[in-house]
Amino acid sequence: MTPKARSRTTDRLARATSILPLILFLAAAARIPALAAGKTWRFSLDWAPSLGIHLSFLFDGLSVFFVLIVTGIGFFVTLYAVTYLHGHSQTGRFFFFLHAFMISMLGLVCADNAICLFVFWEMTTLFSFLLIGFDHEKEASRKAARQALLVTGAGGLALLVAFLLMEQAAGTFEISRMVPVAGDIKNHTLYLPILVLIFLGAFTKSAQFPFHFWLPNAMAAPAPVSAFLHSATMVKGGIYLLARLHPVLGGTTPWMATLVIVGAVTAIFGAVTALGQTDLKKILAYTTLTGLGIMTLLLGGETHPSLVAAMTFLLVHALYKSALFLAAGIVDHQTGTRDIRDLGGLMRPMPFTAAAVFAACLSMAGFPLFFGFIGKEIMYQGTLAEAMMPELATFAAVFANGFMTAVAGILMMQAFIHKNTTVSGPVKEAGLSMWIGPLVLGATGIVFGIVPDMVGTWLICPAVHAFHPSEEHIQMALYHGINPPLLLSAVTITTGCLLYLWRRPAIKGIAAIFRTLPADATGIYEYLLDGVGKVARFQTRIIQNGSLHRYLYVICAFFVFLAGFSYLRGGAVALPALWSNTPLPAADLGMLMLLIAVAAITVVFSRSVLLAICALGIMGAGIAMIFLRSGAPDLALTQLLVETLTVIIVAVILLRLPGLQKSGNTGFLKTAMNAVLAVTVGLMMTFMLLIEPGGPPNDSLTRFFEENSYVAAHGRNIVNVILVDFRGFDTMGEIIVVAAAALAGVALIRNRKETP
Amino acid sequence: MEILLSLLCGTLTAAAVFLMLSGNLIRFIFGLVVATNAVNLIIFIAGGISQARPPLIPEGESLPIPPVANALPQALILTAIVIGFALLSFIFILFYRTYERLGTVETEAMRVSEPADLYQAPHAKNVADMADTGTTPANTANTANKITSGEKS
Repeated sequence: MTPKARSRTTDRLARATSILPLILFLAAAARIPALAAGKTWRFSLDWAPSLGIHLSFLFDGLSVFFVLIVTGIGFFVTLYAVTYLHGHSQTGRFFFFLHAFMISMLGLVCADNAICLFVFWEMTTLFSFLLIGFDHEKEASRKAARQALLVTGAGGLALLVAFLLMEQAAGTFEISRMVPVAGDIKNHTLYLPILVLIFLGAFTKSAQFPFHFWLPNAMAAPAPVSAFLHSATMVKGGIYLLARLHPVLGGTTPWMATLVIVGAVTAIFGAVTALGQTDLKKILAYTTLTGLGIMTLLLGGETHPSLVAAMTFLLVHALYKSALFLAAGIVDHQTGTRDIRDLGGLMRPMPFTAAAVFAACLSMAGFPLFFGFIGKEIMYQGTLAEAMMPELATFAAVFANGFMTAVAGILMMQAFIHKNTTVSGPVKEAGLSMWIGPLVLGATGIVFGIVPDMVGTWLICPAVHAFHPSEEHIQMALYHGINPPLLLSAVTITTGCLLYLWRRPAIKGIAAIFRTLPADATGIYEYLLDGVGKVARFQTRIIQNGSLHRYLYVICAFFVFLAGFSYLRGGAVALPALWSNTPLPAADLGMLMLLIAVAAITVVFSRSVLLAICALGIMGAGIAMIFLRSGAPDLALTQLLVETLTVIIVAVILLRLPGLQKSGNTGFLKTAMNAVLAVTVGLMMTFMLLIEPGGPPNDSLTRFFEENSYVAAHGRNIVNVILVDFRGFDTMGEIIVVAAAALAGVALIRNRKETP
Repeated sequence: MEILLSLLCGTLTAAAVFLMLSGNLIRFIFGLVVATNAVNLIIFIAGGISQARPPLIPEGESLPIPPVANALPQALILTAIVIGFALLSFIFILFYRTYERLGTVETEAMRVSEPADLYQAPHAKNVADMADTGTTPANTANTANKITSGEKS
């Protein structure tokens, strides 16, 4: 196959994989009427039942709402990516990652068992790492991927601990079974730790301040990944978690206060930062922060309007953000730049992309007739109905939306209408498979804006009912009459227009404010990461500095510490009692032991190699005598033989080495420290041998060998029978070790002759 | 009896550790030999020591006549002695070759694979880079070359 043909085959296969999200989308959509009637499905498989861990999945309004968003956007992202990556050598890998990422997200939103949810949660972290770092030749991609992995991975660990604590409090891992006992969990002493850990998990995943910094950097990923990551997957995971756990943990003061404050700060921070950016994808990334912040602050609410607003805005945001990211990818793909200062007048050459961007931007700005307008109306209704700090929530929402309107204006005007382009050469529209996605997604924003009540009845309400059952019905309509939300909408659009007109001074002012800040989150992250490296290098320098002496010293010292610690904890052995009831050994055995000890000490202090070798021989022979006196003639025989051979080999080799001259660099202090450690290790060994085991030693194995040695193996020497019969394979292994050592030794000596 | 034997084991262990810490390859070898013996003795004592008969089954019997020594630790130690011997002989040869190549018996001077300055502060940056890019810092390679080329002097 020629490369071109192979590339075409790859493309065709990749395009075929878009059937998967499409089928899932249709299957989920077919369930909508039943869901709206209040039906749910639960499906469970045993995984580790003794631990209460099951592969259980719950399909209710909330899950299916997310499934529809993930698969619907996933379908267009897949189609788009085929063309976007055309000719790339790693296309297959990319689509594997993309679909695995999608399936992890689907598992995450459908899991009912907390551990199951955690596994899918970590899978999204892992696959987002692989996707963000897809262009792994670029350092920026690798860094961004690692940052996302570290931040969200750390949050994942916090989440796991939170789930384990929740199991302690609720007695089950199934989230649906935690809901009925939510009162117990909220009154449990572990409630606050659980809440903090859950927040850590959700805030890192959903890029809430101060863990927001990984998200803008994650735009290093290819455009379809960014679109998917920012709109439907990954960052929505944290929002989903907060919604799912709302009935279990929500409604308390710490829950409401934290979510409203963190959400408000994130929304304002994202909005302000977005205005000053010039990279298309970066602008969009910061507006995602705003969107996530608003969802978080709405989920802090306890009233029906707040939660309906959260879900509505989630849908609004998913639609316009995916369309905009895909469109930004098209612009980058066709013009070669994403810098908004270099772009202009793209409306004429790229009509379809322009239409998609206009629809999405107007939805983002919240203009009437677009779904974003409905979202904003309900959002204000929701923030005004917040149980806690409605003023802060409303202010943050109006403020952030004003900025988003201005950003939407900049995106539309600067890139598509103004004609100050510096892009060279004629720009062409991208292929159908690229612009169809953003166009359909943008158009959906218009359709939903025209029939908001249907969206509310079929999608939003089932989703909200799943985690906040309420009889209250929120009317979604274009016009409710003159009411506070409408006035706030007017304020927002006016603010946005004014900001757009005065954008230059505004951006300058923002930049000035940011310059006064002492540190930013990325800086702190880098500092911490650097700190970990420094600590690692420091401790490596101390513990593993490459010196054999240091390694041995650390190992021995750690042994002393560990053995001493457990010795003291277990209570010191009554040594005097042992002294009194121990019979003295026979005189010859006592002499033998003394001889061995003296020989060992001689080896230590000897300055003559020959003397040391002789002392070694005496020591080995002495130990053989001990074996002989203790009913072990076989051992004695082997020991004598081996000791003799050892002494011969040591003598042959050592007499070729230089003598035991005093080495220059061992001072008195070092020798003293060595001696202290050596004596301590020896004492520890003695104590360990003296500790009486609890009860008599288990001799069932010995008895088995004694009883079967003759009967089964027809041998009278039990030790020999064990070696050659019962443990025959072991002995064979031993022979292989000896042979291997001999071969290796020969090889070492041979090698010497060939390369002098 | 056990107390004296335990003290003996402690003495042997202490001697072995001290010898191995001394920084001289020859003493290190001595330490290894002592340690091997000490460990065998420790297993022997831990298995329960007695001045009983060897674990043999007399002619005409199918079971040993008690009191008889524990056969299991004996079988284990027998394996340990032989394995220990194989290990020691290989290490002797290895050390001999090391001495031939590097011309020293001081373990502190044997720093080819982990030079003393590998983790020193001014150099630390390079090590961090090495972890990132997978390349070897130039001076590590140089040190290695110096030592290899300086062999047999």
